[in-house]
Amino acid sequence: MAQQPTVTLPPGRDNLKKPPVVSIGFLGWIRTNLFSTWYNTLFTLLGVYILYLVFPPLFQWAILDAVWSGEDRTVCEWYDEDKVKYRAGACWLMVKVYFNFFTYGFYPDELQWRINLAFIILAISFSLMFIPNFKKKHYVGIFLFVFYPFIAFFLLSGNESLGLEYVSTHKWGGLFLTFLLGSIGIVFALPLGIILALGRRSKLPVVRLLSVIFIEFWRGIPLITVLFFAAVMFPLFVPQGVEIDNLLRCIVGLTLFGGAYMAEVVRGGLQALPKGQYEAAQAVGLGYWKMMALIIMPQALRIVIPGIVNTFIGLFKDTTLVFIISLMDLLLTVFTTNSNPDWMGFPFEGYIYAALVYFIICFSLSRYSLRVENKLMVAKQG
Amino acid sequence: MKISNVLKLFASTLILSLSSSVIADTLSDTQARGHVRCGVSQGLPGFSNPDENGNWTGIDVDVCRAVAAAIFGKGGDEKVEYFPTSAKERFTKLTAGEYDILSRNTTWTLSRDAKIGLTFNGVNFYDGQGFMVRKDLGVTSALELDGASVCVNTGTTTELNLADYFRANGMSYEPVVFEKADEVVAAYDAGRCDVHTTDKSGLAAQRTKTAQPDAHMVLPETISKEPLGPVTREGDEPWSDIVFWVLQALITADELGISGSDVKNIVGDTSQTPEVKRILGVEGETGAHLGLPKDWAYWAIFEVGNYGEMYERHVGMNTPLELARDGSPNAGWKNGGLLYAPPIR
Repeated sequence: MAQQPTVTLPPGRDNLKKPPVVSIGFLGWIRTNLFSTWYNTLFTLLGVYILYLVFPPLFQWAILDAVWSGEDRTVCEWYDEDKVKYRAGACWLMVKVYFNFFTYGFYPDELQWRINLAFIILAISFSLMFIPNFKKKHYVGIFLFVFYPFIAFFLLSGNESLGLEYVSTHKWGGLFLTFLLGSIGIVFALPLGIILALGRRSKLPVVRLLSVIFIEFWRGIPLITVLFFAAVMFPLFVPQGVEIDNLLRCIVGLTLFGGAYMAEVVRGGLQALPKGQYEAAQAVGLGYWKMMALIIMPQALRIVIPGIVNTFIGLFKDTTLVFIISLMDLLLTVFTTNSNPDWMGFPFEGYIYAALVYFIICFSLSRYSLRVENKLMVAKQG
Repeated sequence: MKISNVLKLFASTLILSLSSSVIADTLSDTQARGHVRCGVSQGLPGFSNPDENGNWTGIDVDVCRAVAAAIFGKGGDEKVEYFPTSAKERFTKLTAGEYDILSRNTTWTLSRDAKIGLTFNGVNFYDGQGFMVRKDLGVTSALELDGASVCVNTGTTTELNLADYFRANGMSYEPVVFEKADEVVAAYDAGRCDVHTTDKSGLAAQRTKTAQPDAHMVLPETISKEPLGPVTREGDEPWSDIVFWVLQALITADELGISGSDVKNIVGDTSQTPEVKRILGVEGETGAHLGLPKDWAYWAIFEVGNYGEMYERHVGMNTPLELARDGSPNAGWKNGGLLYAPPIR
C-alpha cells in the first residue's frame, strides 16, 4: 500500500469536520465498490440473489443435513414402507469409511506406516528448509535430493534383504499415488527443462536441433497419448521377458512431458535477461557452465517463478489423467466407490472431497511460490 | 483421441505379429511367482469392484480367486494380484503379459477370439442389453416403445444394438446420448427420456441409483447377446484349460449341490456318487491332466463356493443389484438356464 502523503495543515484548520460516515470505512467501501453506478448496483443485487439461491441449500445439504457417522449406507439413504427412497444430506460417512482407501489405495493396511514414515521424513526435511536462521540448509538439500529418493524407494516398494515386505507398484494408489506422481514429475521436470532450454539456445547446431526436436515432439502430442503409449504400447516394443514397471513408465512419460513445457518457460527467462549479463560474465572470464550456474540461471529462474509454478500446478493436476491407464490415483479411487454395491450412489461426496484435496495442494503451491517470489525480490532490491 | 485410435490399430497389428512368437508356460511361471495375476475392471458393481477396505470383490474376481485356490490349495484364493484395466487397454495388456487372466465382463465375440489372439474360457455371466422404464409409463414390452426417447451411452455397442433393434421392428425413437453411465442414469431419473438402455446387469445397478428404485422396471426383452467370461492369451493351451475347467468345476458343483460350506463333509463321505468323488479328487486323475494337485476343484469350491453361491453373493436377490437367477440364462441347464458344464472326468 502506498503511504499517505503527510500534509501539514495551517493552524486553526486541524479540527476539520470528519468525512461523512458513508464515504469511509466499511460503508464507504461498499458504496464505492458495489453501488457506485446504477449498473454496478444491479450486478451487486444479482450477485447477492445468486448467492442466496446457491448457498443456503448447499449449506443445508453439506452441513446441516449431512451424515457424519454411522455403520452403513442406511443412515444416509433409506426406504419407507412404500419403498420410496429417502435421503439425508451429504453422506460424509462414505468419505470417512473410504478414507483409508482414498489415501493409500490398495497398499496393505499393516504396511501403511511405511508411507507415513516416508512422508514424515519429507515433511520434516521440508520444514527445516523454512526455518529462517537454520544454517545447514544445504545439508538438508543434499539429503533431500540425493539420499531421500533411495530411502523413499526402499520404504515404499520394500526390500526383502532389509526385512521390508515387497509391495508391488500396482497396489500403490489413492492420494499417495497422486502425490508421488506429482512430486516426482515436478522434481525431475525442472532440471530436465533447464537442460533442454540451454540446449535450445546452444550455439552447437546438433545440440540445438536435438533439443528443438525433443521439445516440439513432447509439446506436440497430448498427455493422454503419452500415457497410453507408455502403458500399452511400450511393452510391445521391448523383447519378451524385459519388464519395466508400469508406474515407472508412466512417471518417465509424465516427466518428459513436463520437462518439455518447463524448457520453454525457462527459455523465456533466458531471453528476458539483458545481453549485458552474458557479456559481463564472459568479460570476467567465466566459462559457459560457470556463467550459467552463477550469473544467468539464478536471474533467469527468478524471473520465471510464476511460469514454473504454473507448470508445476498444471502437471500436478494432469496426473489425474493416469486413470486412462488404470493407475488408481485419488480420482480413480473416488470413482470406483460408485461401483461398490454397498456404497454406490454417493459420487458427489467423493468428488467434493477430491476437489478439496486438489484445491488445498494447488493453492498451497501457489502461495508458496508467491512467498519465494517476494523473498527473492527483496533479496534483489536489498 | 484420433492419435490413440491410430496407436490402437498399430498395437493390434503388433500383437498379431508378436503373439505367435510367445512361448510361455504360464502355470509354472505362476507357481514360481506364488500368485495369479488377474486383470479386472476399474469398478463394475457386482462383477469386479474394490470394497471400502480396498479388497476386490465380485463375480469376475471370484473366477480368479477360484483359479488361484485350484493352483495353490488351502488359502490360495488370497494369492491373486489384481490389475485394474480400462476397456481400451485390456487386451493389449493381456497379450503383452502384464496379467494372465482377464476377468473383466468381456463379451465373447468371433473377432476377439480369432483376430486379436485371445482364448475365451467359458462364460461366467450371460448378460444382454435391456430396457428400463418408469412403471407408470404403462409399458410391458419393448415392442411398445415406438416413438419413445431413449437415454444411451454414446459410442458404445449399446447405441448400435439400440438402432438395430428399433429398425428391425419398424419403430422410431429419439436418442438422448451421454458420455458417461452416471450421466445417463441421472438424465433418465430427471425425466429427460422415457427409456434407459444398457446391459441388464448394469440396469440393475443403475436402478438403485434412481430417486425411487421401485418406480422403475426392467422390460423382459433382451436385445443382444453378451456372454461374459474369463479370457487368456492364445498359445498357452494348458493355462487356458485350467481357467476353463476351474470355472466348469464351480458350475458342476452348483449342479450337484456341493456348496463351499459343506464340501468338507462331502469329500469324506464315501456314500457319494462317483461323479462327486471325481470332481473332488477322491477318484480319478483330473488334477494330473491339468498339471494341478489332485484336489484342485475341492479347494476352488472350498474357498470360493459353487457358481450359485458366487452369483447370489455378488449379484443375486440379496444384493442391491437384485438380479434373479431363476428364469435367467444364468440358471443351470436343468432349471431352464444356459449353464451346462461338460463332464469333469
